[in-house]
Amino acid sequence: MQLSREELLKAYRDMVTIRRFEERVQEEFSKGSIPGFVHLYAGEEAAAVGVCSHLGPQDYIASTHRGHGHSIAKGCDPVVMMQELFAKKGGLCGGKGGSMHIADLDRGMLGANGIVGGGPPLVVGAALTAKTLGRGTVAVSFTGDGGSNQGTTFEAMNMAVVLKLPAVFVFENNQYGEGTGVGYAVGSHDIAGRAAGFGLPAAKVSGDDFFAVHEAAGEAVERARAGGGPSAIEVDTCRFYGHHSGDAQLYRGKDEVRRLRDERDCLKHFRRRVGEAALLERAELDAVDAEIAALIERAVETARTASPPAEADLLTDVYVSY
Amino acid sequence: MPQKSIRQALNEALAQEMRRDPTVVVIGEDVAGGAATEGQRDAYGGVLGVTKGLFAEFGEARVIDTPITESAIMGAAAGAAVTGLRPVAELMFSDFFGVCFDQIFNQAAKFRYMFGGKAKTPLVIRTMIGAGRSAAAQHSQSPYHIFTSVPGLKCVVPSNAYDAKGLLIQAIRDDDPVIFCEHKLMYDLRAEVPDEPYTIPFGEANIVRDGDEVTVIALSRMVHYANEAIDTLAKEGIECELIDPRTTSPLDEDTILESVERTGRLVVVDEATPRCSIATDIAALVADKAFAALKAPVRRVTAPHTPVPFAPSLEKLYIPSPERIAAAIREVHGYAG
Repeated sequence: MQLSREELLKAYRDMVTIRRFEERVQEEFSKGSIPGFVHLYAGEEAAAVGVCSHLGPQDYIASTHRGHGHSIAKGCDPVVMMQELFAKKGGLCGGKGGSMHIADLDRGMLGANGIVGGGPPLVVGAALTAKTLGRGTVAVSFTGDGGSNQGTTFEAMNMAVVLKLPAVFVFENNQYGEGTGVGYAVGSHDIAGRAAGFGLPAAKVSGDDFFAVHEAAGEAVERARAGGGPSAIEVDTCRFYGHHSGDAQLYRGKDEVRRLRDERDCLKHFRRRVGEAALLERAELDAVDAEIAALIERAVETARTASPPAEADLLTDVYVSY
Repeated sequence: MPQKSIRQALNEALAQEMRRDPTVVVIGEDVAGGAATEGQRDAYGGVLGVTKGLFAEFGEARVIDTPITESAIMGAAAGAAVTGLRPVAELMFSDFFGVCFDQIFNQAAKFRYMFGGKAKTPLVIRTMIGAGRSAAAQHSQSPYHIFTSVPGLKCVVPSNAYDAKGLLIQAIRDDDPVIFCEHKLMYDLRAEVPDEPYTIPFGEANIVRDGDEVTVIALSRMVHYANEAIDTLAKEGIECELIDPRTTSPLDEDTILESVERTGRLVVVDEATPRCSIATDIAALVADKAFAALKAPVRRVTAPHTPVPFAPSLEKLYIPSPERIAAAIREVHGYAG
């Protein structure tokens, strides 16, 4: 699948935005600027961007507790996102959702989700809406290797096959469900193979390689849009931080993260690939880096000085009317 | 006015709303039935026939048979509601909320609040409640108090065919998630029901009968048992006011409090178990806001704190009876006021 220069630059910009956003969130969380919990996506950028580059604002995604990357890839404004993480009224959810529930329905982002396996059934619903109303849109669920073991996920895949829905189930296998390895928790050691058992085409790709994810996702999204039903994609990826920010990561091997950053960094791979193929100039990529650094700085400054929700906001937004 | 059963009233409400609004869909197990069988399609129309005939009129795109997969049904309905449909999902027995509550309680109920007021989830979950058919512990419960306790959900518990139609149409047009509880022993209960569509607002109790001595509050099938008890007491010269809240969330507190202010005596009848229940909730409401008016202790007539038994003899003891209701009313009436 040939990408234009503009598409390549956008993919790079989105991946860099996620990386810098997450690095800064880690820093701000450590300083105490961000309440609650955050789960960082750094290292997995190629998955979110490789998939979402095939989606428009009318397509839906549902995410996980590790949802910042999916939000950015789906077009959410990092400045408004950062305010949400800082629990400010100007945030995407008015400061009432936070990192684990960040959502932007106007951009087809159905929410991060505090419940592992919470998203796939919702994606079945979004795909049902698309099919029933003939919208020609698709719905994509992002789930981790942990969520791949949940019954809700199995039910969702089966029902999507039964109802021939325009859905894509993306499994981001970052090798850990919290602090337990996939080799222990996924009985078959094969998430894609298990998905195939539900009767949907399932591919397995390396999350180190944006282009591999992009190609597999392109086929799955195209199949869904054309009425060919749901697909699954397992992305073999890695996370550079712990389960949550502040996780001591005692379950990881010595030097594991350093090795992953050296060998499996999807951003480095991307830069090398586009450089070798002379698709983008180094100066262009550096310019994007500088642009994003400024954007993230602005996001944090805006979030830092923004107002928290008002006391009256406690009681609003429970119902449309009551 | 034509007499219709609750089953017919619900069916009519669904058909009329589906004709009016193409985004209304019905989804659940065997809502039509007969898919991939040698027999007929629409073989069921819901296990108790509430959705019968909808498949023939609206087809498989809007009358959606699912596998037995409650999490996927509730999740699909929630996801569809937040993206543009108005699904009426069927949770065959309310007891089954145990396998799918996450999608109702953590997802659908909380979207609007979590997302800062930007989500709208016009979802109806129709579900069967009630003991009395020896269906035993996993098919007989009345867990509307659990749904009522969840901010973000509304809960409807109709007692007659007229209310059932108006409340279901209201539920479908409502922009929030609504749990609609149908008592499994009342589907054949008939009442006058207009042919044309109409709505009954949520949070407006029905004063079933007037009286000045004792306020009796009952829901669903218990409205009829309470009415029987009150008939008996009327012969003894005790005049009771019977209130059917119709919806437990929102709850019409004003009508309840106004009545208790007048009578000073309250009996609450509830087929559910007694702890953290609607009966307990209403007793607390009155203790909190109408304490000075009370002339007698509040009495709750409820199921015991047990699972629903199978044996008909035990189940009869489990369900509040007109006799137990009458005894409670006599007791509070007997207090010097």
